[in-house]
Amino acid sequence: MKNFAYVRANSVEDAISRTTNDRQAMFIAGGTNLVDRLKVFLDEPSQLVDVSRLEMKQIERTNEGGLKIGALVTNTDLANHIEVRRNYPLLSRAILAGASQQIRNMATVGGNLMQRTRCPYYYDTAFPCNKRQLNTGCPAATGINRIHAILGASESCVAVNPSDMSVAMAALDATVEVQGMQGKREIPLIDFHRLPGNTPDRDTNLEPGELITAVILPPLSFAKSGVYLKLRDRASYAFALVSVATALEVAGEQIKNARVALGGVAHKPWRAMEAEEFLIGKAANNKSNFEQAAEIALKDAKTLAHNGFKVELSKRAIRRALTVSAQGGGIV
Amino acid sequence: MIKLKINGQFKTLDVEPRVTLLDALRENLGLTGSKKGCDHGQCGACTVLIDGQRAYSCLTLAVMQEDKEITTIEDLAKGDDLHPVQTAFLKNDGFQCGYCTPGQICASLALLDEVKNGSVSYVTADLNNPPTLASLSETEIKERMSGNLCRCSAYNGIVAAVQQAAGQTPPSPAASIEHSQAG
Repeated sequence: MKNFAYVRANSVEDAISRTTNDRQAMFIAGGTNLVDRLKVFLDEPSQLVDVSRLEMKQIERTNEGGLKIGALVTNTDLANHIEVRRNYPLLSRAILAGASQQIRNMATVGGNLMQRTRCPYYYDTAFPCNKRQLNTGCPAATGINRIHAILGASESCVAVNPSDMSVAMAALDATVEVQGMQGKREIPLIDFHRLPGNTPDRDTNLEPGELITAVILPPLSFAKSGVYLKLRDRASYAFALVSVATALEVAGEQIKNARVALGGVAHKPWRAMEAEEFLIGKAANNKSNFEQAAEIALKDAKTLAHNGFKVELSKRAIRRALTVSAQGGGIV
Repeated sequence: MIKLKINGQFKTLDVEPRVTLLDALRENLGLTGSKKGCDHGQCGACTVLIDGQRAYSCLTLAVMQEDKEITTIEDLAKGDDLHPVQTAFLKNDGFQCGYCTPGQICASLALLDEVKNGSVSYVTADLNNPPTLASLSETEIKERMSGNLCRCSAYNGIVAAVQQAAGQTPPSPAASIEHSQAG
Protein backbone atom coordinates (compact mmCIF):
# COMPACT_ATOMS: atom_id res chain seq x y z
CA MET A 1 0.00 0.00 0.00
CA LYS A 2 0.96 3.62 -0.42
CA ASN A 3 2.16 5.23 2.76
CA PHE A 4 0.09 7.87 4.53
CA ALA A 5 0.22 10.09 7.57
CA TYR A 6 -1.46 8.73 10.68
CA VAL A 7 -3.15 10.83 13.28
CA ARG A 8 -5.24 9.88 16.29
CA ALA A 9 -8.26 12.15 16.58
CA ASN A 10 -8.80 13.50 20.08
CA SER A 11 -12.44 14.50 19.58
CA VAL A 12 -15.23 14.13 17.03
CA GLU A 13 -14.76 17.80 16.11
CA ASP A 14 -11.02 17.27 15.64
CA ALA A 15 -11.69 14.27 13.38
CA ILE A 16 -14.24 16.14 11.28
CA SER A 17 -12.08 19.22 10.83
CA ARG A 18 -9.15 17.11 9.67
CA THR A 19 -11.13 15.33 6.95
CA THR A 20 -12.96 18.51 5.99
CA ASN A 21 -9.70 20.37 5.50
CA ASP A 22 -8.01 17.52 3.64
CA ARG A 23 -10.30 15.81 1.13
CA GLN A 24 -7.75 13.03 0.65
CA ALA A 25 -7.91 12.10 4.34
CA MET A 26 -10.00 9.17 5.51
CA PHE A 27 -11.36 7.99 8.85
CA ILE A 28 -10.33 4.60 10.18
CA ALA A 29 -11.94 2.67 13.05
CA GLY A 30 -11.91 -1.16 12.92
CA GLY A 31 -10.14 -1.04 9.57
CA THR A 32 -11.23 -4.52 8.50
CA ASN A 33 -12.38 -3.37 5.06
CA LEU A 34 -10.28 -0.23 4.66
CA VAL A 35 -6.90 -1.86 5.41
CA ASP A 36 -7.71 -4.51 2.84
CA ARG A 37 -8.61 -1.84 0.27
CA LEU A 38 -5.40 0.05 1.03
CA LYS A 39 -3.40 -3.10 0.27
CA VAL A 40 -4.78 -3.33 -3.25
CA PHE A 41 -4.54 0.43 -3.90
CA LEU A 42 -8.30 1.01 -4.04
CA ASP A 43 -7.83 3.85 -1.59
CA GLU A 44 -4.75 6.01 -1.38
CA PRO A 45 -5.43 8.48 1.44
CA SER A 46 -3.04 11.29 2.32
CA GLN A 47 -3.74 10.63 6.00
CA LEU A 48 -5.71 8.23 8.13
CA VAL A 49 -7.61 9.85 10.96
CA ASP A 50 -7.98 7.18 13.64
CA VAL A 51 -11.34 7.65 15.35
CA SER A 52 -11.27 4.30 17.14
CA ARG A 53 -10.37 5.77 20.53
CA LEU A 54 -13.16 8.33 20.62
CA GLU A 55 -16.21 7.87 22.83
CA MET A 56 -19.31 6.60 20.94
CA LYS A 57 -18.99 3.10 22.36
CA GLN A 58 -22.24 3.22 24.35
CA ILE A 59 -25.59 1.56 23.75
CA GLU A 60 -28.27 3.62 25.45
CA ARG A 61 -32.04 3.53 25.73
CA THR A 62 -33.77 6.41 24.00
CA ASN A 63 -36.67 8.37 25.52
CA GLU A 64 -38.93 6.72 22.96
CA GLY A 65 -37.97 3.26 24.22
CA GLY A 66 -35.60 2.39 21.39
CA LEU A 67 -31.81 2.16 21.38
CA LYS A 68 -29.07 4.59 20.46
CA ILE A 69 -25.98 2.68 19.37
CA GLY A 70 -22.66 4.51 19.34
CA ALA A 71 -20.85 4.31 15.99
CA LEU A 72 -17.81 2.65 17.59
CA VAL A 73 -19.69 -0.21 19.25
CA THR A 74 -18.15 -3.37 17.82
CA ASN A 75 -20.27 -5.76 15.79
CA THR A 76 -19.66 -8.40 18.49
CA ASP A 77 -20.80 -6.15 21.32
CA LEU A 78 -23.94 -5.08 19.46
CA ALA A 79 -24.94 -8.63 18.52
CA ASN A 80 -24.45 -9.81 22.12
CA HIS A 81 -26.03 -6.82 23.86
CA ILE A 82 -28.80 -8.11 26.12
CA GLU A 83 -31.41 -5.62 24.85
CA VAL A 84 -30.59 -6.33 21.22
CA ARG A 85 -30.81 -10.09 21.76
CA ARG A 86 -34.13 -9.67 23.60
CA ASN A 87 -35.83 -6.91 21.65
CA TYR A 88 -34.22 -6.88 18.20
CA PRO A 89 -33.21 -10.53 17.65
CA LEU A 90 -33.12 -10.15 13.88
CA LEU A 91 -30.37 -7.53 14.29
CA SER A 92 -28.31 -9.87 16.51
CA ARG A 93 -28.85 -12.69 14.05
CA ALA A 94 -27.95 -10.55 11.00
CA ILE A 95 -24.71 -9.33 12.56
CA LEU A 96 -23.77 -12.86 13.64
CA ALA A 97 -24.43 -14.05 10.08
CA GLY A 98 -21.78 -11.63 8.84
CA ALA A 99 -18.00 -12.16 8.61
CA SER A 100 -16.17 -14.17 11.29
CA GLN A 101 -15.75 -13.70 15.04
CA GLN A 102 -12.33 -12.12 14.47
CA ILE A 103 -13.78 -9.51 12.08
CA ARG A 104 -16.84 -8.84 14.23
CA ASN A 105 -14.54 -8.18 17.21
CA MET A 106 -12.68 -5.54 15.22
CA ALA A 107 -15.43 -4.05 13.04
CA THR A 108 -17.59 -1.17 14.26
CA VAL A 109 -21.20 -0.25 13.54
CA GLY A 110 -20.18 2.88 11.65
CA GLY A 111 -17.57 0.96 9.69
CA ASN A 112 -20.06 -1.77 8.80
CA LEU A 113 -22.27 0.92 7.21
CA MET A 114 -19.27 2.27 5.29
CA GLN A 115 -17.91 -1.03 3.95
CA ARG A 116 -17.77 -1.19 0.18
CA THR A 117 -18.88 -3.81 -2.29
CA ARG A 118 -16.90 -7.03 -2.74
CA CYS A 119 -17.50 -6.99 -6.52
CA PRO A 120 -14.35 -8.76 -7.82
CA TYR A 121 -14.02 -6.30 -10.70
CA TYR A 122 -14.00 -3.39 -8.27
CA TYR A 123 -11.21 -5.11 -6.32
CA ASP A 124 -9.07 -5.95 -9.33
CA THR A 125 -7.37 -2.82 -10.61
CA ALA A 126 -6.46 -4.62 -13.86
CA PHE A 127 -10.12 -4.04 -14.85
CA PRO A 128 -11.86 -0.73 -15.41
CA CYS A 129 -14.63 0.08 -12.93
CA ASN A 130 -17.05 3.01 -12.74
CA LYS A 131 -17.03 2.79 -8.97
CA ARG A 132 -13.27 3.24 -8.89
CA GLN A 133 -13.16 5.76 -11.69
CA LEU A 134 -16.27 7.19 -13.32
CA ASN A 135 -16.86 6.63 -17.03
CA THR A 136 -14.35 3.81 -17.42
CA GLY A 137 -16.98 1.07 -17.76
CA CYS A 138 -18.49 -1.85 -15.85
CA PRO A 139 -16.91 -5.19 -16.77
CA ALA A 140 -19.25 -6.98 -14.32
CA ALA A 141 -22.32 -6.17 -16.43
CA THR A 142 -20.99 -8.35 -19.25
CA GLY A 143 -18.56 -10.52 -17.25
CA ILE A 144 -19.04 -13.09 -14.52
CA ASN A 145 -21.96 -11.59 -12.64
CA ARG A 146 -23.35 -14.43 -10.56
CA ILE A 147 -23.17 -12.44 -7.32
CA HIS A 148 -24.41 -9.14 -8.74
CA ALA A 149 -27.54 -7.03 -8.39
CA ILE A 150 -31.05 -7.92 -9.57
CA LEU A 151 -32.76 -4.80 -8.21
CA GLY A 152 -32.00 -1.10 -8.66
CA ALA A 153 -28.83 -1.55 -10.69
CA SER A 154 -27.81 0.78 -13.53
CA GLU A 155 -25.82 0.45 -16.71
CA SER A 156 -22.85 1.93 -14.93
CA CYS A 157 -22.80 -0.43 -11.91
CA VAL A 158 -24.31 -3.79 -10.92
CA ALA A 159 -22.49 -4.18 -7.58
CA VAL A 160 -24.26 -5.16 -4.36
CA ASN A 161 -23.88 -3.86 -0.83
CA PRO A 162 -22.28 -6.64 1.26
CA SER A 163 -23.61 -5.77 4.74
CA ASP A 164 -25.91 -8.06 6.72
CA MET A 165 -26.31 -5.62 9.60
CA SER A 166 -27.69 -2.92 7.29
CA VAL A 167 -30.45 -5.20 6.02
CA ALA A 168 -31.74 -5.78 9.55
CA MET A 169 -31.42 -2.08 10.33
CA ALA A 170 -33.38 -1.23 7.17
CA ALA A 171 -36.18 -3.54 8.32
CA LEU A 172 -36.09 -1.91 11.76
CA ASP A 173 -36.49 1.68 10.41
CA ALA A 174 -33.13 2.70 11.86
CA THR A 175 -31.75 6.23 11.56
CA VAL A 176 -28.10 7.14 11.08
CA GLU A 177 -26.82 10.12 13.08
CA VAL A 178 -23.93 11.91 11.41
CA GLN A 179 -21.87 14.96 12.34
CA GLY A 180 -20.10 17.42 10.09
CA MET A 181 -18.76 20.96 10.38
CA GLN A 182 -22.37 22.22 10.19
CA GLY A 183 -23.43 20.08 13.16
CA LYS A 184 -25.46 16.90 13.46
CA ARG A 185 -28.13 15.54 11.14
CA GLU A 186 -30.09 12.32 10.89
CA ILE A 187 -30.51 10.19 7.78
CA PRO A 188 -33.04 7.34 7.60
CA LEU A 189 -31.00 4.18 7.09
CA ILE A 190 -32.86 3.29 3.91
CA ASP A 191 -31.74 6.65 2.46
CA PHE A 192 -28.18 6.37 3.77
CA HIS A 193 -26.94 4.13 0.96
CA ARG A 194 -27.55 5.12 -2.66
CA LEU A 195 -28.52 3.32 -5.82
CA PRO A 196 -25.68 3.46 -8.34
CA GLY A 197 -27.32 5.53 -11.11
CA ASN A 198 -24.63 7.48 -12.95
CA THR A 199 -22.57 7.99 -9.80
CA PRO A 200 -21.61 4.53 -8.51
CA ASP A 201 -18.47 6.06 -7.02
CA ARG A 202 -20.72 7.34 -4.21
CA ASP A 203 -22.02 4.54 -1.98
CA THR A 204 -23.70 6.76 0.60
CA ASN A 205 -25.26 10.19 1.11
CA LEU A 206 -22.60 11.11 3.63
CA GLU A 207 -21.06 14.48 2.71
CA PRO A 208 -17.28 14.99 2.70
CA GLY A 209 -16.01 15.39 6.26
CA GLU A 210 -19.10 13.91 7.88
CA LEU A 211 -18.63 11.17 10.49
CA ILE A 212 -21.22 8.62 11.57
CA THR A 213 -21.74 9.08 15.31
CA ALA A 214 -24.65 6.72 16.09
CA VAL A 215 -27.43 4.52 14.79
CA ILE A 216 -30.85 4.94 16.38
CA LEU A 217 -33.38 2.11 16.51
CA PRO A 218 -36.98 3.07 17.20
CA PRO A 219 -38.97 0.72 19.44
CA LEU A 220 -40.80 -1.96 17.47
CA SER A 221 -43.45 -3.92 19.34
CA PHE A 222 -43.26 -6.91 17.00
CA ALA A 223 -39.48 -7.03 16.59
CA LYS A 224 -39.39 -10.38 18.41
CA SER A 225 -41.04 -11.94 15.36
CA GLY A 226 -37.91 -10.93 13.49
CA VAL A 227 -36.10 -13.39 11.28
CA TYR A 228 -32.84 -13.09 9.39
CA LEU A 229 -32.25 -15.71 6.75
CA LYS A 230 -28.96 -15.68 4.87
CA LEU A 231 -28.28 -17.88 1.85
CA ARG A 232 -24.72 -18.26 0.65
CA ASP A 233 -22.26 -20.54 -1.12
CA ARG A 234 -20.91 -22.05 2.11
CA ALA A 235 -22.46 -22.46 5.56
CA SER A 236 -20.46 -19.72 7.25
CA TYR A 237 -18.03 -16.86 6.63
CA ALA A 238 -19.33 -15.96 3.17
CA PHE A 239 -21.24 -12.98 1.81
CA ALA A 240 -24.92 -13.38 1.08
CA LEU A 241 -26.16 -14.42 -2.33
CA VAL A 242 -29.53 -13.40 -0.94
CA SER A 243 -30.58 -12.52 2.58
CA VAL A 244 -33.96 -11.54 4.02
CA ALA A 245 -34.98 -9.75 7.20
CA THR A 246 -38.66 -10.04 8.13
CA ALA A 247 -40.93 -9.19 11.03
CA LEU A 248 -44.72 -9.52 11.32
CA GLU A 249 -47.31 -8.19 13.72
CA VAL A 250 -50.16 -10.67 13.81
CA ALA A 251 -53.42 -10.25 15.73
CA GLY A 252 -55.77 -13.18 15.61
CA GLU A 253 -54.68 -14.54 12.27
CA GLN A 254 -54.55 -11.14 10.61
CA ILE A 255 -51.33 -9.34 9.69
CA LYS A 256 -51.32 -5.83 11.19
CA ASN A 257 -47.83 -4.79 10.20
CA ALA A 258 -45.02 -6.24 8.14
CA ARG A 259 -41.33 -5.63 7.47
CA VAL A 260 -39.44 -7.17 4.58
CA ALA A 261 -35.88 -6.20 3.61
CA LEU A 262 -33.47 -7.94 1.23
CA GLY A 263 -29.69 -8.14 1.13
CA GLY A 264 -27.31 -9.30 -1.59
CA VAL A 265 -29.62 -8.10 -4.34
CA ALA A 266 -28.95 -4.39 -4.71
CA HIS A 267 -26.46 -1.54 -4.27
CA LYS A 268 -28.17 -0.81 -0.94
CA PRO A 269 -30.22 -2.71 1.66
CA TRP A 270 -33.51 -3.20 -0.17
CA ARG A 271 -36.73 -2.54 1.71
CA ALA A 272 -39.70 -4.20 -0.04
CA MET A 273 -42.33 -1.61 0.95
CA GLU A 274 -44.90 -2.66 -1.63
CA ALA A 275 -44.79 -6.26 -0.42
CA GLU A 276 -45.20 -5.02 3.16
CA GLU A 277 -48.26 -2.96 2.23
CA PHE A 278 -49.76 -5.95 0.42
CA LEU A 279 -49.42 -8.10 3.54
CA ILE A 280 -51.29 -5.74 5.86
CA GLY A 281 -54.77 -7.06 6.55
CA LYS A 282 -54.06 -10.45 5.00
CA ALA A 283 -54.30 -13.80 6.79
CA ALA A 284 -51.03 -14.93 8.38
CA ASN A 285 -51.93 -18.59 8.06
CA ASN A 286 -52.47 -18.50 4.30
CA LYS A 287 -49.23 -19.31 2.49
CA SER A 288 -50.42 -17.86 -0.80
CA ASN A 289 -50.23 -14.41 0.79
CA PHE A 290 -46.51 -14.90 1.38
CA GLU A 291 -46.12 -16.20 -2.17
CA GLN A 292 -47.82 -13.10 -3.55
CA ALA A 293 -45.76 -10.82 -1.32
CA ALA A 294 -42.60 -12.46 -2.66
CA GLU A 295 -43.80 -11.98 -6.25
CA ILE A 296 -44.46 -8.29 -5.57
CA ALA A 297 -41.04 -7.82 -3.93
CA LEU A 298 -39.25 -9.20 -7.00
CA LYS A 299 -41.52 -7.91 -9.76
CA ASP A 300 -39.01 -5.31 -10.94
CA ALA A 301 -36.05 -7.68 -10.88
CA LYS A 302 -33.69 -7.46 -13.85
CA THR A 303 -31.23 -10.28 -14.31
CA LEU A 304 -27.79 -10.50 -15.88
CA ALA A 305 -26.22 -13.52 -17.61
CA HIS A 306 -25.41 -15.46 -14.43
CA ASN A 307 -27.55 -14.17 -11.57
CA GLY A 308 -31.04 -15.17 -12.72
CA PHE A 309 -31.21 -17.76 -9.92
CA LYS A 310 -31.29 -14.95 -7.37
CA VAL A 311 -34.88 -14.07 -8.30
CA GLU A 312 -36.32 -17.46 -7.36
CA LEU A 313 -33.90 -17.73 -4.42
CA SER A 314 -35.15 -14.37 -3.09
CA LYS A 315 -38.79 -15.37 -3.44
CA ARG A 316 -38.28 -18.64 -1.60
CA ALA A 317 -36.24 -16.90 1.09
CA ILE A 318 -39.01 -14.32 1.62
CA ARG A 319 -41.66 -17.04 1.87
CA ARG A 320 -39.61 -19.07 4.32
CA ALA A 321 -38.68 -16.09 6.50
CA LEU A 322 -42.27 -14.78 6.59
CA THR A 323 -43.54 -18.23 7.54
CA VAL A 324 -41.19 -18.28 10.54
CA SER A 325 -42.06 -14.68 11.46
CA ALA A 326 -45.77 -15.59 11.37
CA GLN A 327 -45.01 -18.31 13.91
CA GLY A 328 -43.40 -15.78 16.25
CA GLY A 329 -39.85 -15.62 14.91
CA GLY A 330 -36.65 -17.35 15.95
CA ILE A 331 -33.97 -19.26 14.10
CA VAL A 332 -34.72 -20.34 10.52
CA MET B 1 8.52 5.22 16.87
CA ILE B 2 5.66 3.25 18.34
CA LYS B 3 5.43 1.21 21.52
CA LEU B 4 3.58 -2.11 21.52
CA LYS B 5 2.88 -4.45 24.42
CA ILE B 6 3.38 -7.95 23.09
CA ASN B 7 3.13 -11.03 25.28
CA GLY B 8 3.56 -8.88 28.36
CA GLN B 9 6.65 -7.03 27.15
CA PHE B 10 6.90 -3.51 25.80
CA LYS B 11 8.62 -3.26 22.43
CA THR B 12 9.62 -0.08 20.68
CA LEU B 13 9.53 -0.20 16.91
CA ASP B 14 10.32 2.13 14.05
CA VAL B 15 7.60 1.33 11.54
CA GLU B 16 5.69 3.34 8.94
CA PRO B 17 1.95 3.84 9.50
CA ARG B 18 1.20 1.44 6.64
CA VAL B 19 2.78 -1.57 8.41
CA THR B 20 0.21 -4.09 9.57
CA LEU B 21 0.37 -5.63 13.01
CA LEU B 22 1.14 -8.98 11.35
CA ASP B 23 4.12 -7.59 9.46
CA ALA B 24 5.37 -5.81 12.58
CA LEU B 25 5.21 -9.09 14.52
CA ARG B 26 6.91 -11.13 11.85
CA GLU B 27 9.36 -8.73 10.23
CA ASN B 28 10.25 -6.37 13.06
CA LEU B 29 9.91 -8.54 16.16
CA GLY B 30 10.84 -11.96 14.81
CA LEU B 31 7.58 -13.45 16.10
CA THR B 32 6.92 -15.67 13.11
CA GLY B 33 4.36 -17.89 14.82
CA SER B 34 1.51 -15.78 13.45
CA LYS B 35 1.30 -16.74 9.79
CA LYS B 36 0.61 -14.76 6.65
CA GLY B 37 -1.76 -16.97 4.70
CA CYS B 38 -3.90 -14.70 2.54
CA ASP B 39 -3.08 -11.27 4.03
CA HIS B 40 -6.72 -10.28 3.34
CA GLY B 41 -8.59 -11.48 6.42
CA GLN B 42 -10.00 -14.53 4.71
CA CYS B 43 -7.94 -17.42 6.15
CA GLY B 44 -7.38 -16.70 9.86
CA ALA B 45 -3.73 -17.85 9.97
CA CYS B 46 -2.71 -14.46 11.41
CA THR B 47 -5.14 -14.62 14.34
CA VAL B 48 -3.82 -13.07 17.56
CA LEU B 49 -5.53 -11.81 20.71
CA ILE B 50 -5.90 -8.06 21.21
CA ASP B 51 -7.01 -7.20 24.75
CA GLY B 52 -8.08 -10.84 25.01
CA GLN B 53 -10.23 -10.80 21.89
CA ARG B 54 -9.29 -12.67 18.72
CA ALA B 55 -8.46 -10.49 15.73
CA TYR B 56 -6.82 -10.76 12.32
CA SER B 57 -3.43 -9.11 12.70
CA CYS B 58 -3.23 -8.67 8.90
CA LEU B 59 -6.24 -6.31 8.90
CA THR B 60 -5.04 -3.80 11.44
CA LEU B 61 -2.16 -1.35 11.49
CA ALA B 62 0.55 -1.74 14.12
CA VAL B 63 0.35 1.96 14.89
CA MET B 64 -3.32 1.57 15.90
CA GLN B 65 -2.48 -1.03 18.56
CA GLU B 66 -0.39 1.07 20.93
CA ASP B 67 -1.42 0.51 24.59
CA LYS B 68 -3.26 -2.70 23.72
CA GLU B 69 -2.34 -6.11 25.17
CA ILE B 70 -1.31 -8.26 22.24
CA THR B 71 -0.98 -12.02 22.75
CA THR B 72 0.53 -14.26 20.08
CA ILE B 73 0.95 -18.02 19.83
CA GLU B 74 4.49 -17.65 21.24
CA ASP B 75 3.05 -16.75 24.66
CA LEU B 76 0.92 -19.86 25.18
CA ALA B 77 3.43 -22.56 26.14
CA LYS B 78 5.54 -21.98 29.24
CA GLY B 79 8.84 -23.55 28.27
CA ASP B 80 8.08 -27.18 27.42
CA ASP B 81 4.71 -27.02 29.17
CA LEU B 82 2.15 -26.70 26.45
CA HIS B 83 -1.07 -24.78 26.92
CA PRO B 84 -4.07 -27.16 27.31
CA VAL B 85 -5.43 -26.01 23.94
CA GLN B 86 -2.11 -26.89 22.29
CA THR B 87 -2.18 -30.32 23.97
CA ALA B 88 -5.74 -30.83 22.74
CA PHE B 89 -4.66 -30.09 19.15
CA LEU B 90 -1.83 -32.63 19.46
CA LYS B 91 -4.04 -35.30 21.04
CA ASN B 92 -6.79 -34.97 18.47
CA ASP B 93 -4.83 -34.61 15.24
CA GLY B 94 -5.98 -31.00 14.95
CA PHE B 95 -3.52 -30.29 12.14
CA GLN B 96 -1.54 -31.80 9.31
CA CYS B 97 0.91 -29.33 7.77
CA GLY B 98 0.56 -26.99 10.76
CA TYR B 99 0.58 -23.69 8.89
CA CYS B 100 -2.89 -22.60 10.01
CA THR B 101 -2.41 -24.05 13.52
CA PRO B 102 -1.18 -20.96 15.42
CA GLY B 103 -4.27 -19.11 14.19
CA GLN B 104 -6.53 -22.06 14.93
CA ILE B 105 -5.17 -22.34 18.47
CA CYS B 106 -5.46 -18.61 19.20
CA ALA B 107 -9.02 -18.68 17.81
CA SER B 108 -9.89 -21.74 19.93
CA LEU B 109 -8.53 -20.11 23.05
CA ALA B 110 -10.69 -17.04 22.44
CA LEU B 111 -13.70 -19.19 21.58
CA LEU B 112 -13.57 -20.85 25.00
CA ASP B 113 -13.53 -17.46 26.72
CA GLU B 114 -16.41 -16.22 24.58
CA VAL B 115 -18.51 -19.24 25.52
CA LYS B 116 -17.63 -18.77 29.20
CA ASN B 117 -18.83 -15.18 28.86
CA GLY B 118 -22.17 -16.22 27.36
CA SER B 119 -21.67 -15.09 23.77
CA VAL B 120 -24.12 -16.17 21.07
CA SER B 121 -23.55 -17.25 17.48
CA TYR B 122 -25.59 -17.36 14.27
CA VAL B 123 -26.55 -20.98 15.01
CA THR B 124 -27.54 -20.44 18.65
CA ALA B 125 -31.19 -21.49 18.66
CA ASP B 126 -32.25 -19.23 21.53
CA LEU B 127 -30.31 -15.97 21.66
CA ASN B 128 -31.31 -15.58 25.31
CA ASN B 129 -29.89 -18.95 26.25
CA PRO B 130 -26.29 -19.18 25.00
CA PRO B 131 -24.49 -22.54 25.16
CA THR B 132 -22.10 -23.44 27.98
CA LEU B 133 -18.76 -25.19 27.53
CA ALA B 134 -20.52 -28.45 28.43
CA SER B 135 -23.42 -27.94 26.00
CA LEU B 136 -21.40 -26.45 23.13
CA SER B 137 -22.42 -28.49 20.08
CA GLU B 138 -20.34 -29.50 17.08
CA THR B 139 -22.47 -27.14 14.96
CA GLU B 140 -21.65 -24.28 17.34
CA ILE B 141 -17.92 -25.09 17.24
CA LYS B 142 -17.89 -25.17 13.43
CA GLU B 143 -19.75 -21.85 13.17
CA ARG B 144 -17.51 -20.20 15.78
CA MET B 145 -14.33 -21.50 14.09
CA SER B 146 -15.41 -20.54 10.55
CA GLY B 147 -12.96 -17.63 10.43
CA ASN B 148 -10.02 -20.06 10.29
CA LEU B 149 -9.45 -22.16 7.19
CA CYS B 150 -7.39 -25.36 7.08
CA ARG B 151 -6.41 -26.34 3.55
CA CYS B 152 -5.30 -29.79 4.74
CA SER B 153 -8.90 -30.06 5.93
CA ALA B 154 -8.09 -31.28 9.44
CA TYR B 155 -11.45 -29.91 10.51
CA ASN B 156 -12.67 -33.02 12.34
CA GLY B 157 -9.53 -33.01 14.45
CA ILE B 158 -9.88 -29.28 15.11
CA VAL B 159 -13.48 -29.72 16.28
CA ALA B 160 -12.36 -32.62 18.52
CA ALA B 161 -9.53 -30.49 19.93
CA VAL B 162 -11.97 -27.70 20.82
CA GLN B 163 -14.30 -30.27 22.39
CA GLN B 164 -11.48 -31.59 24.55
CA ALA B 165 -10.32 -28.10 25.50
CA ALA B 166 -13.92 -27.32 26.47
CA GLY B 167 -13.89 -30.26 28.87
CA GLN B 168 -16.00 -32.50 26.65
CA THR B 169 -15.05 -36.01 25.54
CA PRO B 170 -14.32 -35.87 21.82
CA PRO B 171 -14.97 -38.93 19.70
CA SER B 172 -11.78 -41.02 19.52
CA PRO B 173 -9.84 -40.90 16.22
CA ALA B 174 -10.52 -44.65 15.94
CA ALA B 175 -14.26 -43.98 16.17
CA SER B 176 -14.12 -41.50 13.31
CA ILE B 177 -12.15 -43.97 11.15
CA GLU B 178 -14.73 -46.69 11.81
CA HIS B 179 -17.46 -44.21 11.00
CA SER B 180 -15.87 -43.19 7.70
CA GLN B 181 -15.33 -46.82 6.71
CA ALA B 182 -18.91 -47.63 7.58
CA GLY B 183 -20.07 -44.67 5.46
